[in-house]
Amino acid sequence: MADVKLIGSPLSPYVLRAILALSLKKVEYELLEEKFGEKSELLLKSNPIYKKIPVLIHHDRPICESAVIVEYIDEVWPESGFGAILPADAYHRALHRFWTYYVDDKWFPSLVAIGKAETEEAKAEAVERVRAGLLLLEEAFVKLSEGKAFFGGDRVAFLDVMFGCFVNWIVAAEELVSVELLDEATVPALHGWAVRFREHEAVKEVMPDSGRVLGFLKILQAKWKADAAAAKKKL
Amino acid sequence: MYSATGINCTPMAGAVVEDVKVLGLPLIPFVIRVLIALRLKRVEYELVEVQIAEPKSEILVKSNPVYKKIPVLLHRGKSICESAVIVQYIDEEWSDGSGSSSILPADPFDRALVRFWAAYIDDKLPAPVRALRWGTEAEKAAELAGQIRQALGLLEEAFVECGKGKGFFGGDAVGYLDIALGSCLGWIRALEKAKSVKLLDAEKLPRLTGWAERFLAEESVKGLVPDADEYQKFYAAAEARTSATPAA
Repeated sequence: MADVKLIGSPLSPYVLRAILALSLKKVEYELLEEKFGEKSELLLKSNPIYKKIPVLIHHDRPICESAVIVEYIDEVWPESGFGAILPADAYHRALHRFWTYYVDDKWFPSLVAIGKAETEEAKAEAVERVRAGLLLLEEAFVKLSEGKAFFGGDRVAFLDVMFGCFVNWIVAAEELVSVELLDEATVPALHGWAVRFREHEAVKEVMPDSGRVLGFLKILQAKWKADAAAAKKKL
Repeated sequence: MYSATGINCTPMAGAVVEDVKVLGLPLIPFVIRVLIALRLKRVEYELVEVQIAEPKSEILVKSNPVYKKIPVLLHRGKSICESAVIVQYIDEEWSDGSGSSSILPADPFDRALVRFWAAYIDDKLPAPVRALRWGTEAEKAAELAGQIRQALGLLEEAFVECGKGKGFFGGDAVGYLDIALGSCLGWIRALEKAKSVKLLDAEKLPRLTGWAERFLAEESVKGLVPDADEYQKFYAAAEARTSATPAA
């Protein structure tokens, strides 16, 4: 019986964060995949507040929220695998946490808005917001990487995981709406980082390819469209 | 030592003296969190009051270009933004190694628990509190008050698991979650008074009620959480300014 369980599917970028962290630490775990559209008894019991994935279960105790889970994994297995995920000094930790907050608060919702957009104008607006966000993240990368490969410098660190979980979502969105987002001309540093991140030993083993993500994104898009139509009918 | 607001900040015994500034306003709960954290670590600071309505203060825009919001911590030429990020920075930057003045608990699971609940507080409280404060529809008000009560109800239960029978969410001493929720107490009490509604109901939430009293009496907290009347004065002044200004 596995001591470490993770409830969720790698197609969820938030679950992928936990998977990436466990992969970086080379920690063995049991993945309990949820069926899309259904919530298992275990999920409802382990995360009664939000009823959402991911949930990490360690020594039979649940830990919820992807950022909380990744920090937990880092603290419980500090030296394992590729070593520390959170940077060593307080200031860099603050910067990684701040940009993670920004990604969750502003950037990813703008990427989702591309998929939810019902008109060409809405789509174009959403694309512009995503691009503006990527420019900010490009600046952050240049500052944090200090000329090295990752947000963590030589090593994959917290922000690499918390933002890197979206790299194939960006590719899928690009294909979905035929626009370039993470292109070499406008965001060269991030473009290079994304390539290197995908190639990292701990990442390529676990990251779903953009084809799979695109397939999932299309299912989500259909669901969003249906939800929006149902909501309009109610008005 | 005087802050930019002219308030006399008496140096604390055994205080750490470095150049620490907080951009903020003393009534904002997210700012109060930072001030409590600095007090707990006995770190001297200067509270620099800034303009948060347009046109925003230049120092605010420069040090938090992404959000242009308070609080911002300025330390050794660096700026740190987002209250949760700042409080953890304070905990890690001024750690005395022995863990005695630790804001977050030592055990990883306990840390995960308080981080979860602190994020929950920010997810569930500010929006309905603001909406209730500034909204006018009675029906909507009842719904919003219900949301706030529900969130506080879950925190009443969380107090048992986190506090482990002691006086604070952090156990024997004020910790991360105490700060996250405690900083909002003045806000909540002001709302109760302004809207004649019970939110932190002593009968329904006895543990939180007892905790609130203890929290506000703590040395590190005293004077930092304004009471309901101070918020009322601030809101009244803000409303007077808004009604005096012709619509754009």
